[in-house]
Amino acid sequence: MKVLLSWLKEFAPDIGEVSDTNKISEVLTGLGLAVEDVTVTRSLPEGVVLARVLDLRPHPDADCIQLVEVDDGSGSTLQVCCGAFNMTVGDLIPLARVGTVMPSGLEIASRKMRGQTSEGMCCSALELELGEDAEGIMILNDRITGENSENKADPSLGTPLGEAIGIAPDVLWDLEVGANRPDAMSVMGVARDLAAGLGVGFEPPDWSTDSAGSSIDTAVAVEIADPSLCGRFLARVLRNVPQGPSPSWLAARLTALGMRPINSIVDISNYVMLELGQPSHAFDLSKVAGARLGVRRARDGEIIETLDGVERSLAVGDGVITDGNDKVISIAGVMGGACTEVSADTSDVLVEMAWWDPPSISRTAKRLNLSSEAATRFRRGTDWGDNMMRCMNRFVQLASTVGAAAAPGVIDEHGEVPERDALKVRPQRVNRLLGTELSYSQMAEHLRSIGFRADLRADFASDSQDSDSQNSETETVGDEASDAVLEVSVPTWRWDTETETDIAEEIARLHGYENIARTVVTANEVGTLSPYQKDRRLVREVLVGAGCFETQTMPFVSPEALAAVGLGGAGISLTNPVDDNESMLAPSLLPGQLRAVAYNQRHFNGNVRLFEISHVYLDAPDGELLPDEREYLAVALSGAEAPEAVAVLDLLTESLLLPAVELRATASPSMHTHRSATVAVAGRERGVVGEVHPEALKAAGIEGRVAWLQLDLQELLNGPKARRRYRPASKYPPSEIDLAFVAVQEVAAAAVERALKTAAGALLVRLELFDVYRGSGMEQGFRSLAYRLRFQADDRTLTDAEVAEVRERCVAEVFKRTKARLRG
Amino acid sequence: MTTDPDARSTLSAQSTSSVEQATVEAVSQLEAATDLEAVAALEHKFLSRRGWFAEAKSRIGALDPADRAAVGRSLNDARSQLEAAVKAARARLSASLSEDLYAAERLDLTERLPLKVPLSRGRIHPVTAARYRLEDVFVGMGYSVEEGPEVESAWYNFEALNIPDWHPARGSFDTIFVNLGEPEEVMLRSHTSPVQIRTMENRKPPIYMVAPGRTFRTDTADATHLPAFNQIEGLAIDRNITLGDLAGTINTFVGELFGRDVKTRLRPSYFPFTEPSAEFDISRPDGSWLELGGCGMVHPNVLRSCGIDPEIWQGFAFGFGIDRLAVMRHEIDDIREFVNNDVRFLSQF
Repeated sequence: MKVLLSWLKEFAPDIGEVSDTNKISEVLTGLGLAVEDVTVTRSLPEGVVLARVLDLRPHPDADCIQLVEVDDGSGSTLQVCCGAFNMTVGDLIPLARVGTVMPSGLEIASRKMRGQTSEGMCCSALELELGEDAEGIMILNDRITGENSENKADPSLGTPLGEAIGIAPDVLWDLEVGANRPDAMSVMGVARDLAAGLGVGFEPPDWSTDSAGSSIDTAVAVEIADPSLCGRFLARVLRNVPQGPSPSWLAARLTALGMRPINSIVDISNYVMLELGQPSHAFDLSKVAGARLGVRRARDGEIIETLDGVERSLAVGDGVITDGNDKVISIAGVMGGACTEVSADTSDVLVEMAWWDPPSISRTAKRLNLSSEAATRFRRGTDWGDNMMRCMNRFVQLASTVGAAAAPGVIDEHGEVPERDALKVRPQRVNRLLGTELSYSQMAEHLRSIGFRADLRADFASDSQDSDSQNSETETVGDEASDAVLEVSVPTWRWDTETETDIAEEIARLHGYENIARTVVTANEVGTLSPYQKDRRLVREVLVGAGCFETQTMPFVSPEALAAVGLGGAGISLTNPVDDNESMLAPSLLPGQLRAVAYNQRHFNGNVRLFEISHVYLDAPDGELLPDEREYLAVALSGAEAPEAVAVLDLLTESLLLPAVELRATASPSMHTHRSATVAVAGRERGVVGEVHPEALKAAGIEGRVAWLQLDLQELLNGPKARRRYRPASKYPPSEIDLAFVAVQEVAAAAVERALKTAAGALLVRLELFDVYRGSGMEQGFRSLAYRLRFQADDRTLTDAEVAEVRERCVAEVFKRTKARLRG
Repeated sequence: MTTDPDARSTLSAQSTSSVEQATVEAVSQLEAATDLEAVAALEHKFLSRRGWFAEAKSRIGALDPADRAAVGRSLNDARSQLEAAVKAARARLSASLSEDLYAAERLDLTERLPLKVPLSRGRIHPVTAARYRLEDVFVGMGYSVEEGPEVESAWYNFEALNIPDWHPARGSFDTIFVNLGEPEEVMLRSHTSPVQIRTMENRKPPIYMVAPGRTFRTDTADATHLPAFNQIEGLAIDRNITLGDLAGTINTFVGELFGRDVKTRLRPSYFPFTEPSAEFDISRPDGSWLELGGCGMVHPNVLRSCGIDPEIWQGFAFGFGIDRLAVMRHEIDDIREFVNNDVRFLSQF
């Protein structure tokens, strides 16, 4: 919402001057009308005054300048040298007196030009930043005596130029108005708040005209068929409405507040809306069939062509205005229809001002995706009280200045307006919420300053006291008055205000948030991260230690990108994606990680080690509305092979005490078919490890391999943990033996290791695979796995016989389970 | 075995002075030795069982009894001097030998070839770092850290937060909707406030919590916007929490995050889920104010939605951007860097 200082002052003359701009801005912000922008407009330099040309003489020694004798009202005649020749004797011109600082920064000094003194400067429009004309001096004859009706008498010479031609410096504020402040969507409303904030008077002008007479009743009729939609409907008829442009001062104000002037009737409608908050609509009366207006809800499928030339299909629930034939001629509160639009040959206009049910307007505007200044106000809730008639009067008064004549009489039909009983406000409750110790009377004073009624009731239930019982107010919040309440009547311009808390907010706002003492409350509990959150931090630490960089990627992905990583057909789609191509929510962190790897390769960063902890979105379980959303961990090591990813998994296993981690040779989509495995923890599958499928890498534009680990972090961290139990180190020396087995490719090393562990039992304290050999001497499809086993007992030194016996058991068990033989 | 006639003759003179003189000579020979073999030879010559010392000792009996004691003492002195000289010569020579070995292993530590097994530290994301700082401050103030889903229902994202379907504020959230359920029934959460509702539904007051997490709006990515960004939300519900407590709490955590000299200001604003509502600003060094986030006293309708009696319990909520905190801290001029994941960017934090 934009407001001009000059306009505000028509409602609250004492709010201040241009020089008070900063103070006013602060007060506005403090009242919750945040100043987004403030500009001082139309400021003319001090020292430029109205002067009259008395004589024009050629310069004796120069052809390109002449000597101008001017009367600047100071009593003496001044001589000015001037390079323009468009003046004639008697012209009124702007004169910059000696000492004036021009907008360009030039300071006017008394000086000599080719021997002739010059005591000032005659100004062009450009020099004063009042126009583009730089050719000649600004001739003000017409501006002073012409159309400017705001200046009754001709100003005297020497009058500051701004005053003389009605251009005063002004201040334009752009305010951010919350959805709970329908009242502040007008100049008047802002003025009311500001006046209260500054403690100065507020008084709207009286524009009431004679609306007596009943001829309108015979001319037009209005019927509210749906009172839940329309709380009040005013209508007047204007005759002989001219179609020309608006007066320039009116157009200028509209322009300043960001609306484009169109023609007088539309401009007046907009002017009243900006000034007083009430939108209105003008129908060409001759086009309204039967001169009857009806208000009802639309029927499904009804069609209307709106003012913007678009045919719109209506839905049940939309509010409409109909003509005598029950045809829809306007979408209530949103946009008028084309068929009754005021046009060049319009003579008589029917002006409609209504109060519409905010939720109804809001739903329709949203469904039709139509937002207008009017709809914005209606959906917040306009004023259904006296202001409606004030607006109608203002409309008529402004219309009369352009020559339209109001027909006598006004239609004032009523539907349902919000029921507003006086609110019970408990001052103790307000103080308890705000942390203040305000007295009843302080609260009441704040509320009254913005038009609320607030009276103290000792006992709200016995409603017998005189409503003006001011003397029953107490200055302090005493126990004896603890059951006393403030009875607050909310004004009709505050549709949104309906509870005790709403009132508390008003009191806080007017009291000033900055005047509330600051206290700190701390929880009476120990704050702590959850075990999950602590473990998740540990995961990051481990991965950072392993040289990985944490990434954050967007969860949006295209269906093609999902298909390229083997996840085609999966995923949840978005209704209104930011990027039409990326319409899916990723069910895996792989697309995002591949994008990050590719980005780094493209930017010559070479191989990178990345990880991410983020949500993935899987199909909703049966009967559930929301997706199965999980927090995953992904690690992507570009240029690395599968074992590196396994090594990272081992680090995590160790750090997080994951129990019984197994790699299962199960195929997973998007993974290399022969270099990947499913990760099972305590018997349950929790993710994949290995390398990304070469085709997926190709599709992502990545060169080389990418080692990959993705785990369901949530299941992992919330799942069982291995127990870590202290075991004293043995005091006896260990014995080590090496065993190499020839195992067929299909037998996993893990299977051999399991056999060794089973066979050796507790004596085996360390098992290490130290060599894998494939190649010459090895049968096709076989490889040798060489292990070093360390045996140690806690209570004795192992004898050679014991070690030999364990060795035999190991060899036998491995053969039994895997058919792998000792390498010969 | 070395038999040096000079040495023998020198030592054959059986007097204290001749012993002392021979000792000085022997010590200087040891000091002059240039390798360990020479030291070993001299040690043998002087101190072995057939060395001059042993020989000289054997002759003591042949001396005049009056001289025997004095010569014996000086011989003992000579022995310890020689032993010390041998030890010193060995130490001197073996030290220089080790030094030679070490010199042969010389490395220029500034020749930085890549290691076969690289040793390098990664980094947590700068936004994670900002989140940690926030979490730690609030945990220190006794708050718990709560989380919730990113895909939410209209109930949690809007309705329970006192934003009915017709509410003008709904449009201002620029919500990204998900094709699940009825139209506009499921969405990517447009703020972290749904976590408030979930927490209040699941826990009885008093509640002191923060909810950091990812949120979504239909913003096209540019230098200052991302369609997915991170926020933190705070909520305190207790019996007598006031607007003054909110202002004081904000002042406390801002001081912890930005420094004690940074001032805060609350100014009235509007959010459907709080009343009274406010924006909170922090002071810049030049005295101007920077808007940091929104806050207010939890709206009674929100408490009722969660089955909490607003006559007994009341409290405040606040929220602000985590990404923005990281942007301010590191003076990052384009927040798309947060999701490009260029390691040249990530490695700077």
